Amino acid sequence: MSSTIESTTRPATAAAGKGDMGRWIDIAALDDIPPRGARVIRTRLGCIAIFRTHDDRVFALDDRCPHKGGALSDGLVHGHAVTCPLHAWVISLEDGRVQGGGEGRVGTHMVRVAAGRILIDASLATRNAA
Amino acid sequence: MSRKLVIIGAGMASGRLLEHLVDAAPGAFDITLFGAEPRGNYNRIMLSPVLAGDKSYDEIVTHDAAWYRAHGITTRFGEPVVKIDRRARRVITAAGPTGYDALVIATGSAAFFIPVPGNDLPGVVGFRDMDDVETMLQAARRGGEAVVIGGGLLGLEAAAALRAQGMEVTVVHLMGHLMERQLDEAAGYLLRKELESRGITVLCDAHTRAILGHDRAEAVALEDGRVIGADLVVMAAGIRPETRLAVDAGLHVERGIVVDDAMHTSDPHIFALGECVEHDSVVYGLVAPLYDMAAVLAKTLTGHEARFRPPAISTRLKVTGVELFSAGDFATGEGREDIVFRDPARGIYKRLVLRDDRIIGIVMYGDTADASWFFDKLTCGEDIAPIRDTLIFGPAFQPGQEPASATAALPGTAEICGCNGVAKGSILAAIRAGATSLAEVKARTGASASCGGCAGLVEQILADTLGADFEAPQVQPVCACTDLGHDDIRRLIRAQKLKSIPAVMQEAGWKTSCGCHLCRPALNYYLLCEWPLEYRDDAQSRLVNERNHANIQRDGTFSVMPRMWGGMTTPAQLRAIADAAEKYDVPAVKVTGGQRIDLLGVKRDDLPAIWADLNAAGMVSGHAYSKGLRTVKTCVGTDFCRFGTQDSTGLGIRLEKILWGSWTPHKVKLAVSGCPRNCAEATCKDVGIVCVDSGYEVGVAGAAGMDLKKTEPLARVATEDEAVDLTVAFIQLYRENARYLERPYRWVERIGMDWVRARVVEDEAERAALIERFELSQSVYRKDPWAEQARPEYGPRKWQPLADLTLEAAE
Repeated sequence: MSSTIESTTRPATAAAGKGDMGRWIDIAALDDIPPRGARVIRTRLGCIAIFRTHDDRVFALDDRCPHKGGALSDGLVHGHAVTCPLHAWVISLEDGRVQGGGEGRVGTHMVRVAAGRILIDASLATRNAA
Repeated sequence: MSRKLVIIGAGMASGRLLEHLVDAAPGAFDITLFGAEPRGNYNRIMLSPVLAGDKSYDEIVTHDAAWYRAHGITTRFGEPVVKIDRRARRVITAAGPTGYDALVIATGSAAFFIPVPGNDLPGVVGFRDMDDVETMLQAARRGGEAVVIGGGLLGLEAAAALRAQGMEVTVVHLMGHLMERQLDEAAGYLLRKELESRGITVLCDAHTRAILGHDRAEAVALEDGRVIGADLVVMAAGIRPETRLAVDAGLHVERGIVVDDAMHTSDPHIFALGECVEHDSVVYGLVAPLYDMAAVLAKTLTGHEARFRPPAISTRLKVTGVELFSAGDFATGEGREDIVFRDPARGIYKRLVLRDDRIIGIVMYGDTADASWFFDKLTCGEDIAPIRDTLIFGPAFQPGQEPASATAALPGTAEICGCNGVAKGSILAAIRAGATSLAEVKARTGASASCGGCAGLVEQILADTLGADFEAPQVQPVCACTDLGHDDIRRLIRAQKLKSIPAVMQEAGWKTSCGCHLCRPALNYYLLCEWPLEYRDDAQSRLVNERNHANIQRDGTFSVMPRMWGGMTTPAQLRAIADAAEKYDVPAVKVTGGQRIDLLGVKRDDLPAIWADLNAAGMVSGHAYSKGLRTVKTCVGTDFCRFGTQDSTGLGIRLEKILWGSWTPHKVKLAVSGCPRNCAEATCKDVGIVCVDSGYEVGVAGAAGMDLKKTEPLARVATEDEAVDLTVAFIQLYRENARYLERPYRWVERIGMDWVRARVVEDEAERAALIERFELSQSVYRKDPWAEQARPEYGPRKWQPLADLTLEAAE
């Protein structure tokens, strides 16, 4: 099968979890994050790292390594994982689990890409420490 | 009485619909087919072969006038419908109204013309229909240059065809690799290599700024300032569903005309199919789902129940001689496993993505013979666990056969070493004659003696033949992503002129999709060292300190250390450092062993600002964070010291000004002492110069860290210029030959001082060449990264948060 035409599909939701489904906030363009890179968003409960992988998938994780609190957004992104900048723990972007035997798990958040824009779960804007 | 069916658009989807209708319900409909083009239905996906000259228009016609006549279909070609009157159920053309009982909209899609100045000039064409092809063929007959904007399926087919027609072709692609929607980086790299070998220029990460020209297109200007001559510009940057009629008629339209599973639009008398529709938020552009829609709509129109279900989609590129296939989801991820087969010598790459023992993604390049076998397994979700070990080798190795290595399956005539033309049979003969190691096979046959890329294959043949008698040599691999060691990788980069990370990963047979934190920094260094002008440093392949140009501390803050040339400073600089320390609440200020001042505990957000302040006072980055030149420590020498024999501070500053900014396999520290009392402790540095009455003693490969080691004498020279030359040549030799993260003393220990002296001291031509190569590299890298990172265009993208939700009002 072949074609002279490009297929266009809307990228699917990249992460799932709890929250008020269907309410999203547009925070930035996908191109605001370099491929294999990350940027942070600030929320009242701390920073969340938004990762863009080599295949243009986007993931949102708390920006703290469960080991010594390193900023994962400054890590090196490879495949669907990030290596923490402090002591090279490797964290899965898919579920926040430590790979290769470390303890702990990083919180993940709902994020998706639609029409080149990054959308995050609206509840992240309203969450409070209380 | 038959129902009046009007179809707008004579494309592939409506052509297939007509076939179903005349088959299933001959005479049930009185059909009128409108087409804006003055032609009937033809096979649009074969436009590329027509453009390439492999086929003629007549060969791609799917329905001719006789076919329409035989089935009683009224054709109104070249007569565009301008309006749909839903209330009166009729469509309007220049010739007047035509009534319908049922209407099918199949208006397809149009090329997306990127919104840049000049996109409407004559000579700028899409690649959608026969008119576009004729325009391009006319341009090709005149020869000249063509620029194709868009490196997707369509753009590459156009590029290859125009090249085959004799034009000079450049592809301008926005993304980092070709066909990024269908291919991973490895396959994208192989494709690019093939197209370049045909003489097509490929520019990735290239943003079009404008199309230049007076009466017609003459050139394409890129954002980075490059201008490419263009007698023809082909827009292949995507498609846009053609929905204008539907929008004007007030139908529900999102990106495409919204249809349900049965192909109904929001009007019960109007249906739609093809590239103009949107089903379940998806717009389709490949032909297989369009054919599925045609089958569903034929059922709906004839009163049967049918539902459109999104099918698995596969892609092939129609370029003669390029074998490429992709299907499904080939992203990596948790719970997914890759099976990767690479045969660098033959340019073959196959990757299967598995989840729960089922194939969910396929990417193949170079050999797609088994594509349909794999695609079958993907579409029916077959459990492949029983055949997993041999799955990647395809149906020829199924079922029940012993798992065979790729080399065992090759015939004796198969070429193993491309450089020296050694076939598998010759290697087997050498083994039968007594060769038991790679080195012996290399000596007898020449296999792997040049670029070494086939060494793994030769070892595999040794293992296949000798079984347990063969012990593979123990090379320490770079990381778990590869079996090759650092030296193998560097040799490969040089011999095969590999100039990107994906290129290295493909040719060296990487086992992961994009490496890890161990191999990516190493590859990035090897590439920038080997190709200083061509390779662009990849920030995402650098670890935190080098990416942020500061040293990360345990609490996530950073340290900032400005350069003090030769350890010299001024009251003004000290004042600026003090001001910066106060302004940014720097918790600790420390004098270092390298004769500089370290500001510790700077917040990440403050980095660009503190750099800008230090820059304003004339200071630049001290590179205290880099695998590169750190400091040149000096004593005050003849300027002040009563024992000084030479101007050691002057020499230190001169060396630092030459060497700063250069990247090296590991950090490099220098010192220059003005007399044998050696106050600058030059005898434990990577390069240490001790001044004496008669000149300069240059020592190298010292250490005072994890190990303690005195420098070894390199040479004693009479002039400062000679001391500088030796230093630069030694550092370049180290840059070109040491393994990543290997300090100079370790490297010298491994290769021997004699080898170093022979090149740096004894061979003057080699010394000059080393210095020249160092200078070439420094023409790119001798610059202040702080000044660059503090520039406004870096600020928003790198240093500021993407969004600040603490400012949002609470609910």
